[in-house]
Amino acid sequence: MTGLITMDDLTNEQINSILDDAERLLPVARGEIYLPLLQGRILGNLFFEPSTRTRMSFETAMKRLGGDVVNLGDVKTSSVVKGETLFDTIQMVDGYTDIIAMRHPRQGAAQYAQDAAQVPILNGGDGAGHHPTQTMLDLFTIKQAHGRLEGLKVVLAGDLRYGRTVHSLSHALTRFGCELIFASPDLLNMPDEIVSDLRAHGANVVETEDLYGSMADADVVYMTRIQKERFADEDEYARCAGAYKLHARHLSEVKQDMIVMHPLPRVDEIDPSVDKTRHARYFEQAFNGVVARMALLCRLLGVTVPAKIEGGAL
Amino acid sequence: MSNEHSMRRVTAIRNGTVIDHIPSGQAMRVLEMLGIGGATAVPVSLVMNVPSKKMGSKDIIKVEDRELTQSELDRLALVAPDARVAIIRAYSVAEKLTINLGEELINVVRCTFSNCITTNLREPQSHRLKVVQRDPLQLRCHYCGRPQDLDELANNVL
Repeated sequence: MTGLITMDDLTNEQINSILDDAERLLPVARGEIYLPLLQGRILGNLFFEPSTRTRMSFETAMKRLGGDVVNLGDVKTSSVVKGETLFDTIQMVDGYTDIIAMRHPRQGAAQYAQDAAQVPILNGGDGAGHHPTQTMLDLFTIKQAHGRLEGLKVVLAGDLRYGRTVHSLSHALTRFGCELIFASPDLLNMPDEIVSDLRAHGANVVETEDLYGSMADADVVYMTRIQKERFADEDEYARCAGAYKLHARHLSEVKQDMIVMHPLPRVDEIDPSVDKTRHARYFEQAFNGVVARMALLCRLLGVTVPAKIEGGAL
Repeated sequence: MSNEHSMRRVTAIRNGTVIDHIPSGQAMRVLEMLGIGGATAVPVSLVMNVPSKKMGSKDIIKVEDRELTQSELDRLALVAPDARVAIIRAYSVAEKLTINLGEELINVVRCTFSNCITTNLREPQSHRLKVVQRDPLQLRCHYCGRPQDLDELANNVL
C-alpha cells in the first residue's frame, strides 16, 4: 500500500491488523511509555482547510513515536495564496518529508497528491469526499466498546449529505456486515449514489427522519454536526440546523452497551446532559484519533509495531 | 438510398482517413475532438444526416492526406463508439480500424463535478476518467470518484 486515500486502500484483514497495532500502542499514546519507533522520520502536515483534531492528533501521534512534524501553516500566508498549484506544493513537500497528512477543500485532492508524490499520503479529508483516518479511529472506538465490528446495528444521524466522515464510515461498516440506519432531515439525506453503492455491496440500509425511534436496538448512534460552511444558503442552513438534539432523556430505552459517537466539534446536536451517561464515547473517540493515526503512520512507513510493548517509561 | 450512394455524396479521396457510422449530428464534435478545424491545412469533407440501414441516419467524415492514429481515434469512444475507420492509400482501403474504449479516458474529457480538484485548470496532471461499465457506459473520475453524467460530459471535451 502506498498511501491511504479511501478505505478501499485497506482490506478487512489490514483494518483489523492496524486496529490491533493501535490497541497495543495505547500506553504510548497516553505518554506512559516512550517508544521512538519513528525517530528520524518527518511528517508533513498540509491542511489547506481548518482542522483542530485531525491536525493536532497527527502531530501528537508523530511526536509520541519520536518523529518530527513540519506544518504548511496558515494557507493565507503560504505560497498557495500566490497561486501555487497543489501539484507544485506536493513536489516541494515530497522532498522535505517522509509522509504527508493532508486536508483540502477540493474532492479528489488526496488522490491527485498521491499521484504527484513519492511519499505516502494520508487523506485527512478532501471536500465532501473521504476521511479514512477518521474512519479508522471510529472503527477503533466501536471495536473497543463492542469487541467486534461484525454485524452491529449503527445509526448515523445528522448531516449525511455533506459529512465526509459518515460517507467513509458507512462504506467500511458495510464491509463488516453492519446494519445501517441513516437518520437525517430530507435536505441532508445520504447522496443517492452512495446509498446505491452500499446496497450494491450488500448493505442493509434504512433511511428515515426519525432518529429517536431508530435507537432502541442500536449498538452505535453516530451523531454529526450540520455543517454551516457547506451551505450556500443561510435559510436552508437554519431549516436544517438543530433538527436533532440528543438529550440524556432520549437514552432511557436504549441498549445498555449502546455508544454515542460524534466526530466533533459538536454544536447543539448532543446536549451536555449526555456527557455523563455511560453511553457517551465522543471524547475517548477524539483521543483515539492519536492512537489510530500512530498505527497508520507506522504501517505506511513500513515500521512494525512490536507484538509486546512494555517498559521504557518516561 | 444505399450506403454506397451516400458515400458518393463527396468524391473518393486518394489518401487519408474515412470515419463512417458516426451517430447523426456528432460529426462536428468528432472534428473538434480530433483537433481538426478551420486552421487545418488538409481538405476535410463532412456529410451529415445521411440515411443508414444500420443506424437510421449517420454522419461521415473524410480527412485527406492525414492518417489518424489509433490513439487519436480512441478519443472518439465517448461520442462515436461504433464508428468505422478506414485508412485510404491510392484510393484503396489500406487498413480498417475500430475505436477502442480502453480502461480509462486520459485527457479526453474533464470531470463534470464542480468541486473536483481537476476543475483548477492550472493543475498539470492528466484528466482521468475510469470506465466502470461499458454498456450502458458508466465513467468515474479517478480523483474525486464521482460518477459522470454523459450528457454533461459532452460539454467538457478537452
